[in-house]
Amino acid sequence: MNHPQEPTARPIKILITKIGLDGHDRGSRVVAAHLRDAGMEVVYTPPWQEINAVVKLALEEDVDVIGLSCLATDHLLVPKLMQALRDQGLAHIKVVVGGIVPDEDEALLLDAGVSRVFHPGSSLDDITQTITDLAGPAAVPDEDR
Amino acid sequence: MARKHAAAIENSATDAHAEWRRNYERQLPNDKAITNRSGITIKPLYEPQDWSDASYMSDLGYPGQPPMTRGIYATMHRGRTWSQRQLIGLGTPQDYNQRLQRLIAAGTNAISLIPCNSVYRGFDIDEVDPLLVGTCGTTVNTIEDMDVCFRDIDIGRISTAMNDPLPFTLLALLLGVAKRRGIPWDRITGTSNQSDYISHFVANHMFFRLALPASRRVLVDHIAFCNERVPNWNPLSVVGQHMQQAGASPAQAMAFTLSTAIQYAEDCIDRGMDPEFFLPRFTFFFDISISFFEEIAKFRAGRRLWQKLVRQRFGVEDPKAWRFKFHAQTSGVDLTRQQPLNNIARVTAQAMAGIFGGLQSLHTDAYDEVLSTPAEAAAQIAVSTQNILRDEAHLTDVIDPLAGSYYLETLTNQMEDKIESLISRIDAAGGMYKAVEQGMVQTLIGESAREFANRVETGEQIVVGVNAYRIDEDGSTRQPLERPEPRRIQEQIDRLRLFKSERDRRQVQSALDQLAAAANDTNVNIFGAVVDAAGAGATHGEIVACLRREMGSGEPLIAI
Repeated sequence: MNHPQEPTARPIKILITKIGLDGHDRGSRVVAAHLRDAGMEVVYTPPWQEINAVVKLALEEDVDVIGLSCLATDHLLVPKLMQALRDQGLAHIKVVVGGIVPDEDEALLLDAGVSRVFHPGSSLDDITQTITDLAGPAAVPDEDR
Repeated sequence: MARKHAAAIENSATDAHAEWRRNYERQLPNDKAITNRSGITIKPLYEPQDWSDASYMSDLGYPGQPPMTRGIYATMHRGRTWSQRQLIGLGTPQDYNQRLQRLIAAGTNAISLIPCNSVYRGFDIDEVDPLLVGTCGTTVNTIEDMDVCFRDIDIGRISTAMNDPLPFTLLALLLGVAKRRGIPWDRITGTSNQSDYISHFVANHMFFRLALPASRRVLVDHIAFCNERVPNWNPLSVVGQHMQQAGASPAQAMAFTLSTAIQYAEDCIDRGMDPEFFLPRFTFFFDISISFFEEIAKFRAGRRLWQKLVRQRFGVEDPKAWRFKFHAQTSGVDLTRQQPLNNIARVTAQAMAGIFGGLQSLHTDAYDEVLSTPAEAAAQIAVSTQNILRDEAHLTDVIDPLAGSYYLETLTNQMEDKIESLISRIDAAGGMYKAVEQGMVQTLIGESAREFANRVETGEQIVVGVNAYRIDEDGSTRQPLERPEPRRIQEQIDRLRLFKSERDRRQVQSALDQLAAAANDTNVNIFGAVVDAAGAGATHGEIVACLRREMGSGEPLIAI
């Protein structure tokens, strides 16, 4: 079921985290474990991370992708995170969001630069494949990095 | 003659069984093994040899009598159905009051108060990003806010379930309002929902505010205070719902909940409290998944086990203490974003399982929960679902109507065995407190969540509209979002600032100093100090911050 990566590439590195106030983490834990089993390097944090803390961690850990789990309106803060990433010159990091995101708000997130919003019912394989496609080219050493 | 006749019937039963088995295997050569979520293998047919009524009195008995399998009251739903306790909480205290007035006008007397996520995290609304304020619950920070929530409502006549994690600031504010209005505290009824800190540490981290040892002390202080001063209040609701929503199987959720209740009872006994006195006020809160028979068996087995545990472990012989009173909520995890109206059917099946399981109080989820914070119209359908099941489908005419089913009784026994063996594992780890401190329970729940996700991923578990029976949808799950206007939230923040500037600062500071002193003196009841501080004008956020400073902030232990 999983998609092991090409052994020659360095593993995709993803930060799985939650911003805002909600603490429900069944989804983020299941996804994190699945991506790790698919060969990715997963950095996982407890919930309630400050936006600045997420940016700092993404920089320090040199991640390719940030996966945010938002179940209780915390997605409303995501545009602020996108801005903070750009301010720090980290616009190359891809951001995906999973959880309860009303349709009306999905456009808001995509306009802010989010690559993909995963709604309830998304398959783990789809999530893995999407992240692999998003991060694939970035996983190759790049002068800009 | 009679004996000969009986033997003949028996022989023909054996022959008939053998013939059925042959036909079954011939017609279904590739029969797939079925295992329920708790890991019990489900046979295609159950017969008298699986369960006979020989042990009727020891296994079932009569409603309101040991072993309580058939229900905790003699009359059960025939006498009184269940409290329709819908979660309510959105926007400002004014918004909440308006919705409450409408519900009370419609005949509700059992209400709930769901605070804003900022409140859950222990903050006042001026301490968090305004974008997140009031979107998931009501913004209650001060005694004024609580007064507005219950304006023109007699708080001595309603039963209020408050989502109020320790240190129970919302109850403290409510008691402050009661005092102002001259309502004696023995008329305040309801439940401290979200008092079970172990379930927060393990599964619902958002509610976890104080470090584990601090939480342990504050809960016992709260139970002691309420037993003495607010005697008709249920200070404890032990929660299996969070753990099951986080991925625990039904058997795990029941076992871990019972082990948690045992832990709290032991902690109260260690404090010198009498179980005959405090156990009758213990209540429970569970999830109802769509695994229909498994859920009914879970509730029946849990009810039987609680009675047994209370008698065996605590020697309590007051039947009131054997009553396994529980509220249940239909499972949000089972709902789908795809074809969202299908969720009404799911909620119906879940609610039926809870009703057949003998619940005392029910919340049915709105079908749109998976899309956004529920809209009022969707919440109305959820309430109507309960009314239809009760008044049109007549589910409540007969007490424990599925008893005697070979399948359900066998399953109830098997679930009980499973739950008991899990409780033994927790006992072996030194009890629930130690088991969660070590992360054992978190690991088991995480494994179970992954196993279920894999079942859905492989299609072993069908989810209509998700991995089967998909239809082309135009993605128009769009619905108007009911969110508070930013202007009203800003007004609420301004009101909080005004409240803070107008109150008697010296009085507040003195009450907070007393609270800090109580935190460092185990001879003083901390919850008593919380009530005094709330009455003196301290805000929710100030009270939580004071205790976090003095006793340590709560950090969950997360196992991936």
